[in-house]
Amino acid sequence: MFAYFARRGVLAIFTLWAVTVLSFIIIQLPPGDFVDAYMAQLAVMETDVSEQQMEAMRRQYALDRPIHEQYLRWMGNMFRGNFGTSMLWKQSVLDVIGDRLAMTVVVSLGAVLLTWAIALPIGIYSAVRQYSIGDYAFTFVGFIGLGVPNFLLALLLMYLGFVLYDANIGGLFSPEYQLEPWSWGKVRDLLYHLPLPALIIALSGTAELIRIMRANLLDELRKPYVITARAMGLSERRLILKYPVRVALNPFVSTIGYLLPYILSGSVIVSFVLSLPTLGPILLGSLIAQDMFLAGTIILMLGSLTVIGTFISDLLLMWIDPRIRFGMVQEG
Amino acid sequence: MSAVNEERIFVASQWRLMWWRFRKHRVAVVATVGVVAFYLVVLGADFFAYTDPNTTEAYRSLMPPQPIRFFDDGKLSPHVYGVVGKRDLTTFRRVYEADPSQKVKIRFFVRGFKYEFLGFIPADRHLIGVEGAQVEESLFILGTDSLGRDVWSRLMYATRTSLTIGLVAVALSLLLGVLLGGISGFYGGVVDNTIQRLIEILRSIPTIPLWMGLAAAVPRQWSVEQIYFAITIVIALRGWTGLARVVRGRFLSLREEDFVTAAELAGCSRKRIIFRHMVPSFQSHIIAAVTLAIPAMILAETALSFLGLGLRPPAISWGVMLQQAQNIETVALSPWLLVAALPVVVVILAFNFMGDGLRDAADPYGV
Amino acid sequence: MENDRQPILSVRNLKTNFFTDEGIVRAVDGASFDVRLGQTLGVVGESGCGKSVTALSILRIVPRPGRIVGGEILLRRLTEDGYEREVALTSLGENSQEMRSIRGAEIALVFQEPMTSLSPVHTIGNQIIEVARLHRKVSKQEARQMAVELLRLVGIPRAETAIDAYPLQLSGGMRQRALIALALSCDPRLLIADEPTTALDVTTQAQILDLLRSLQEQRGMAVILITHNMGVIAEMADQVVVMYLGQVVEEGSVDDVFNASKHPYTQALLRSIPSIHSTPKAQLPTISGTIPHPYNRPAGCPFHPRCPDAISGVCDRHEPQLLSVGDEHQVSCFLYHPPSTENEGSFN
Repeated sequence: MFAYFARRGVLAIFTLWAVTVLSFIIIQLPPGDFVDAYMAQLAVMETDVSEQQMEAMRRQYALDRPIHEQYLRWMGNMFRGNFGTSMLWKQSVLDVIGDRLAMTVVVSLGAVLLTWAIALPIGIYSAVRQYSIGDYAFTFVGFIGLGVPNFLLALLLMYLGFVLYDANIGGLFSPEYQLEPWSWGKVRDLLYHLPLPALIIALSGTAELIRIMRANLLDELRKPYVITARAMGLSERRLILKYPVRVALNPFVSTIGYLLPYILSGSVIVSFVLSLPTLGPILLGSLIAQDMFLAGTIILMLGSLTVIGTFISDLLLMWIDPRIRFGMVQEG
Repeated sequence: MSAVNEERIFVASQWRLMWWRFRKHRVAVVATVGVVAFYLVVLGADFFAYTDPNTTEAYRSLMPPQPIRFFDDGKLSPHVYGVVGKRDLTTFRRVYEADPSQKVKIRFFVRGFKYEFLGFIPADRHLIGVEGAQVEESLFILGTDSLGRDVWSRLMYATRTSLTIGLVAVALSLLLGVLLGGISGFYGGVVDNTIQRLIEILRSIPTIPLWMGLAAAVPRQWSVEQIYFAITIVIALRGWTGLARVVRGRFLSLREEDFVTAAELAGCSRKRIIFRHMVPSFQSHIIAAVTLAIPAMILAETALSFLGLGLRPPAISWGVMLQQAQNIETVALSPWLLVAALPVVVVILAFNFMGDGLRDAADPYGV
Repeated sequence: MENDRQPILSVRNLKTNFFTDEGIVRAVDGASFDVRLGQTLGVVGESGCGKSVTALSILRIVPRPGRIVGGEILLRRLTEDGYEREVALTSLGENSQEMRSIRGAEIALVFQEPMTSLSPVHTIGNQIIEVARLHRKVSKQEARQMAVELLRLVGIPRAETAIDAYPLQLSGGMRQRALIALALSCDPRLLIADEPTTALDVTTQAQILDLLRSLQEQRGMAVILITHNMGVIAEMADQVVVMYLGQVVEEGSVDDVFNASKHPYTQALLRSIPSIHSTPKAQLPTISGTIPHPYNRPAGCPFHPRCPDAISGVCDRHEPQLLSVGDEHQVSCFLYHPPSTENEGSFN
């Protein structure tokens, strides 16, 4: 058990480190550096800056140092809670991000829970009633979910909402709560607005998850322990829910490692279409404006969220699967 | 099953068995026909279009689609009504009215704007056109966009861009995937471990933000072609991981197979074992995996272009076309701008069904 | 004990077919036999001869697309007031209340693979307690106490801790013991053991067989022991049924079948057992050919293509019937019962 825990932990830390490197590469990718971009912006506002001032700025941000020193400096600053300054917003990156990280977590978590809530019962039904009309119907609906990209679905629902109900279905809050500080009323308002975006983000992942659950359960239903349980006189419903479903649940839980990047990815683009106050829209804005510190930080945060989420699901798996707890299975 | 039938199965080649098995999947066969149809549009986009996709005219912006009328006086004679545009003085939008007295007849294989068929044959014939009028001013079967460009013609060109970008990106991914996956699976050990960690890390980062970050670095001033290839590289940088996994998995399982051991014992060279024994037995799986990877590539380009980080005008792709639909008010008033979403959905489904069928057929000896 | 001679279970002309896309597989094709309390019936045959499907048919848990299409399965079960009543299992619904009250309580099954016959994510105790509480009105504590006693009975050391073990923490032999404990949890009168020792190593096999025998003596159960191993049959069984392609080809006491076997198939099976007296390194005789593909059942006697004594024009035309060749010894072979005209064309 400890070996599994340690392996997963080390892997998570290593991946986290790799995510920081990747984010840093993305920050460095656009031609020119932060000062160049800043100058270009000042030039638009017709403010003149001397060469000396530029050099001073480069020194201040250590842009004249070799690349690995810049990386270490960036990392060091982040550990001290300093994520740099957003050129676009003229604010510290943390202030720009504000509640948006939490909102991203809320929306993504909602989507993950919905994905499971939809995929689990349908997967069980489709496996137990294999080749029934219901199975085919769900497979068909699942394929539609797979085929319609979530941002197009969001666009379509926005359009329908606008045309049929003359309502804007975007956003996570009613206008009166948008700028309010947090209160119970605001939380209720959030919970009222959350299901639709969460569902849109969830739908494209469900098809694959239904497929996984159905295939896993079909495998398990043929296992001898099911015959044993049946031979002992358990009713079909009870024995299927207690034994094969329970066993098939383990690989299902481990799909979160695959599901999380997918959902966060979907949340970015769907948030843009539905103008949700998550990290998605400001990531796009910062990338278009080449505000790379903000963009890099957001990509780092999204990457970290998946790594942490995956690690949590690994721990969950360890808790529910005795085979991992006793070190009989190396990988989940 | 009769003995004759069994005999036929015993002597059939691997590819023949796969075809038999694939044929049983009705949906997959239909999907394949659909995919082929789409690639016909790719080849003949200029033939299927009737208007130059980049000619803009402000006075016919956001024109709604024209209904095609098939009968005239009880005779088959497809035509559309002429359209008159006015500016609404209260909303300042242009409004269009059909003029039933003006019948514009639709003709097939008519001359139109000049193009080079397949890139080198000069031609000016188009599938449809009109008789006795300027086609640019009279035929808008899917309406026009905000710059007055014909949506149908743009859709044909967008199909060409979006579908080839999928192919190029998948080819690049395949190259990387087979190379790295093959090395990983064949050598194992430290090399394998390193590549596996790399794949795991790339896969743990949400794709869209990663693609966005990479695509944003593509310089604005690049030409359409340069951006096109830059975007395919951006997509392939993440896309190879899935294919590498398939290749590695196949390599690992094949290494244990008896026929590979037999080839080793018979003294075959490593090169011969790989190319004569292993590759033929997993290329069908690779074809299936590639087919299933293409829709993700197409979707990536569409999403990036939709967000304004992928291809940029004057390039035309489904994503570029959908970019105009970002604003919900525009969509509400001109829903035909969403039409580019339809081929996206159909192509993704078609590739998925086809890939599913291929995956099942890839192992014709299994159950 | 006067009704000892009355069978607790009678299988009469049982037919179970599998309706697959490729055709109908007649997995069990007219099998008949009786089982008596305190007695072990050995069912023997090559793999694929319908032994396991027979077991599943008795419990009415034949998986789809399989279905019982003919015959009767009669079970004598105890009623509440101590009398015995005969129930035709074939007339009950597969998932009916009554059938479920029989499964596990009256008839229990020990399945062939101890590695996978227990749920990997539940403790042994959890699974035993579940079944015990299903068929008896006992509290959780009582059920747990019963489970510990059962585990002790089947020879699992430190039963108090083993009850909270997961199957993967036990060795194959221990798992098979746990599985037997599970089967015994409701004191069944009939135990069906389907290849209970096949997956185990030889020493463990002997221990499990000893355990089964002593349990049977203690409890006076009837046991159906399904195996392909003639050695196991010789050691354990009182009565023997030899099956080939879903049909019973020979049936009799263990002495009759081993010392006076009549059917060429039984004789061939017996010849293929290695003997301590045989010449070292001499090749064991095998049965020529393989079991035919289930879609290509030979016409006539199903064994005739592999039979050394086949009578051409007879064995490939007519279906033999299980007929008596001695006191409680029956065989289905034309060597002993030339075909009568009524049998003609009975195939299909």
